[in-house]
Amino acid sequence: MAEFQTAPTGAGTGQKLLTWIDNRFPLSKLYQDHLSEYYAPKNFNIWYVFGGLATLVLVMQILTGIFLTMHYKPDAAKAFESVEYIMRDVPWGWLVRYMHSTGASAFFIVVYLHMFRGLIYGSYRKPRELVWLFGCGIFLCLMAEAFMGYLLPWGQMSYWGAQVIVNLFSAVPFIGPDLSLLIRGDYVVGDATLNRFFSFHVIAVPLVLLGLVAAHIIALHEVGSNNPDGVEIKATKNEKTGLPLDGIPFHPYFTVHDIYVAAVFLFIFSAVVFFAPEGGGYFLEFNNFIEANPLKTPAHIAPVWYFTPYYSMLRATTDLMVYVFMAVVGLAAVLAILRGGFGSAVKIGIAVVAVVAVALLKTFDAKFWGVVVMGAAVIILFFLPWLDRSPVKSIRYRPDWHKYLYALFVIFFLALGYLGSQPPSAGGNYISQIGTLVYFGFFLLMPWWSRIGTFKPVPERVTFSAH
Amino acid sequence: MSEQKIDGGKRTWIIASGCAGAVGAGFVAVPFVSSFQPSERARAAGAAVEVDIGGIKPGEKLTVEWRGKPVWIVRRTPEQLAELPKLDPLLADPKSKRNADELTPEYARNEGRSRKPEYLVVVGICTHLGCSPSDKFVAGPQPSLPDNWAGGFLCPCHGSTFDMAGRVFKDKPAPDNLEVPPHMYLSDSRLLIGEAKQA
Repeated sequence: MAEFQTAPTGAGTGQKLLTWIDNRFPLSKLYQDHLSEYYAPKNFNIWYVFGGLATLVLVMQILTGIFLTMHYKPDAAKAFESVEYIMRDVPWGWLVRYMHSTGASAFFIVVYLHMFRGLIYGSYRKPRELVWLFGCGIFLCLMAEAFMGYLLPWGQMSYWGAQVIVNLFSAVPFIGPDLSLLIRGDYVVGDATLNRFFSFHVIAVPLVLLGLVAAHIIALHEVGSNNPDGVEIKATKNEKTGLPLDGIPFHPYFTVHDIYVAAVFLFIFSAVVFFAPEGGGYFLEFNNFIEANPLKTPAHIAPVWYFTPYYSMLRATTDLMVYVFMAVVGLAAVLAILRGGFGSAVKIGIAVVAVVAVALLKTFDAKFWGVVVMGAAVIILFFLPWLDRSPVKSIRYRPDWHKYLYALFVIFFLALGYLGSQPPSAGGNYISQIGTLVYFGFFLLMPWWSRIGTFKPVPERVTFSAH
Repeated sequence: MSEQKIDGGKRTWIIASGCAGAVGAGFVAVPFVSSFQPSERARAAGAAVEVDIGGIKPGEKLTVEWRGKPVWIVRRTPEQLAELPKLDPLLADPKSKRNADELTPEYARNEGRSRKPEYLVVVGICTHLGCSPSDKFVAGPQPSLPDNWAGGFLCPCHGSTFDMAGRVFKDKPAPDNLEVPPHMYLSDSRLLIGEAKQA
């Protein structure tokens, strides 16, 4: 503990009060560590605004959520009606509800962009692995929040979406049916399911989410922010002050940027809330304005847009696709044995693992593997810090063809997203199957491709020209 | 701290009490996890349903609710019945051999998967992820279906297709044929779903 401080004689009431607090709680220290003396690289670009925006949307979701909870009834017989009540009878209830529903989509937009920023500038590389892992945990929590929140209005899409996702768990061999029963709390999605999803959505997951956000920021402020050049600003410090030469205090230099961006964001956000709250059927699906009917599945059922890339991968995993996976596993094993410089014991091990993998692929249904593919597509993000082996962090200093590869990845991710929102079709399914292979190939082959090519020299200091 | 010598005896007891605490926490978790299971009330709501099928015309479908799930009763036309054996090569499991104990009662292990050839009684829940397939009884080419379509069901969620006996086509996400619930005919026009006492 620090020495007990006393305010200088003649100090004002404010300073006396601050001194009194600082002797009991590290208020000034927290302010300095995280704002006024947190040194962020001066060469941040537009990609660095989405973390701040995500925080803004988080606060907005919590606030609007609190107010919605005051009027909403988590009861299968009343839920749909209570949402209509909020929309029609509660003064300004429609605004609060549309802010919350649009906020969910906005959250995913900014978080996807935030993650893409991390991807292109190598922000997950050493020493920021934990920042990335906490971030992936936040992404998982967000998906759980969004999924469980979507059941609450108890519309047709709420109901059938939940039915599909909960049934995903029943595909797990042996324990699956009991597991999905445990999640639903009934033999079909019903009142029990709605009630527990409400509990998870309003308290359990948000608590975990807030904890992870705190961990994400604490870890970031411990190691310092990355930047578009992928150069460590802490490597070049002012000899006298010991402060990074290329760093500037977060407050006021970046808070002013963030406030400006928040204003622009709120312009766009308000435009959607007021003029297109349904987002053309992407933010709020039209079928969800019909009350849940357990006896009739809507003619076209699709998850909300932010889940569609993963949903496409689930749909792409048919029997044919499982054969493709078997071929890929076999090919990988043959290549590893022939080309990899392993000892004979390791080679036998690889062969055994490959045979077991192929046997498992054959034994269990394509349905189960679809679920595995969908889950693995999210889980694989956690491994990114160890998959990327390129000698430079930022895409700026990578070979040009890496950029095309990233572009290809983005194009297929968007294509998967689009196809997942469309009714199933044979042609679309082939594209999703290719997209699934591209998605996994991008990550699983990264240890190899990320090392190949002529890398550009990385400067000692960040590139920045004052304007 | 690192300069102090570790007291082995104390350390053992700390580990032991930590383990005891973990076991206790495990036991405390049991009631909480158990509370996720279906309640007694949900368990009790599984009674059999009696249906009057006298009014169904050939080619029509009646949907009734049993244990919260849709059960379809389809009165098939002679043409539809005649098509069934021809489809066998296109189906994943034409003889309903997979998971037969759960999905197909003994009296339904035949070409039409039914007690009476004319009436198909199945749970209208796709064996993939639990959506309810839609009726596509009209034969011929149409969106999302193959050109040689002979009539059946299409699941809107992931495109699984089933024939007029609820049998799944090959290379579709759904692994199994539609479930035939236990059922019995009380008379020519009265069907009981949920029980199947052998008369």
